[in-house]
Amino acid sequence: MPKVKPHRTSPSLDMTPMVDLAFLLVTFFMLTTKFAPEETVVVDTPSSVSELKLPESNVITLTIDKKKNRVFFGVDDTKTKIQALQNVAAKYGVSFTAAQAKEFGNLPNFGLPINQLGSYLNVDKEARKELNAQQPGIPMDSLNNQLIDWVLEARKANQAIFKKPTYIAIKGDGNADVPTVQAVIKLLQERDINRFNLITDLENKPVAAAK
Amino acid sequence: MAEIQGKADSGGKGGKKRAKKMSTKIDMTPMVDLAFLLLTFFMLTTTFAKPNVMQLTMPVKKTDDVEDTKIKNSQAMTILLGKDNKAYYYYGMNTPNDPTVQKPELKVTNFSANGIRQIIMTRQRQQPEPIILIKATEDAKYKNMVDILDEMNITNQKKYALVKVPQVDLDLIKESAL
Repeated sequence: MPKVKPHRTSPSLDMTPMVDLAFLLVTFFMLTTKFAPEETVVVDTPSSVSELKLPESNVITLTIDKKKNRVFFGVDDTKTKIQALQNVAAKYGVSFTAAQAKEFGNLPNFGLPINQLGSYLNVDKEARKELNAQQPGIPMDSLNNQLIDWVLEARKANQAIFKKPTYIAIKGDGNADVPTVQAVIKLLQERDINRFNLITDLENKPVAAAK
Repeated sequence: MAEIQGKADSGGKGGKKRAKKMSTKIDMTPMVDLAFLLLTFFMLTTTFAKPNVMQLTMPVKKTDDVEDTKIKNSQAMTILLGKDNKAYYYYGMNTPNDPTVQKPELKVTNFSANGIRQIIMTRQRQQPEPIILIKATEDAKYKNMVDILDEMNITNQKKYALVKVPQVDLDLIKESAL
């Protein structure tokens, strides 16, 4: 009886379907990813066990940094941002050129009184980085309350463009003062904005505490 | 290597020169490597981009004809957020002008798992429905505020309020010198 030779199969396998799938996924993720824009101010958020995620869009972010307790304002959508800029500018009698408005649309957030915003938008990206440390924050005292105007105009603009309500996210640094945060909350409360999302890092839920 | 190359040309019989027949198969391995590298990169960046949030719903603006909710003395518990990550707390109300109410005893703890959390949980066992008043002093850090709101979630405390710190409570901290 002849020896049975094991049938030698070629070790090569057809990778085409796998590659197809891989590229499909790559394309999908590439198109859906939004890169985090460079932050004007570095904020180290405190941690919590909350597992809720920030909504994808229609978010107004108020950033509060440590030490100086400056407040920065940001909206996620470019169109909303530009519309809000025009409305606020009209209210304060400041005008912006189309180029400035376009630049403004690319800013993740800012912390300047509106009269200083123009010159900030005129300089290029590199020079702005240096200016970022000196941004005074958006004025929010009772005499000159630009912050509330920004928030209200951004809400209005977003409502007009997307017909969707906005979420207010507060991104505070762990070492920011509570009075500043509470002042911001109080300001918005006075305008009947009562829901806030405090941006936090995820921390593990303690097991023992959940009786 | 994913592909073992077969013989490229047909043995070459005799002197007849033929154009070298190249294999039509390409080694796809580097491309696949790259594809998966990109895939991993984009997958990871998308998932981590969205930050976590903690919902905070504040009460609707007070109108004049609505009275403040009254809290029973037995239910109340106050947590004061002090400086250097200290959490002061006392049970009951602090009303020095009302002689019928006993002056509360101020105690101090911290924001760790063995600190304020244990105290809230002990209180929840003693008193079925405590109402916690959170008062942040000027020196408190935002982190403390988030921490204490987080503790409310962890301990399943349903009723709590963020309120302004009254002068009497500040005096209480000063007096106790904790």
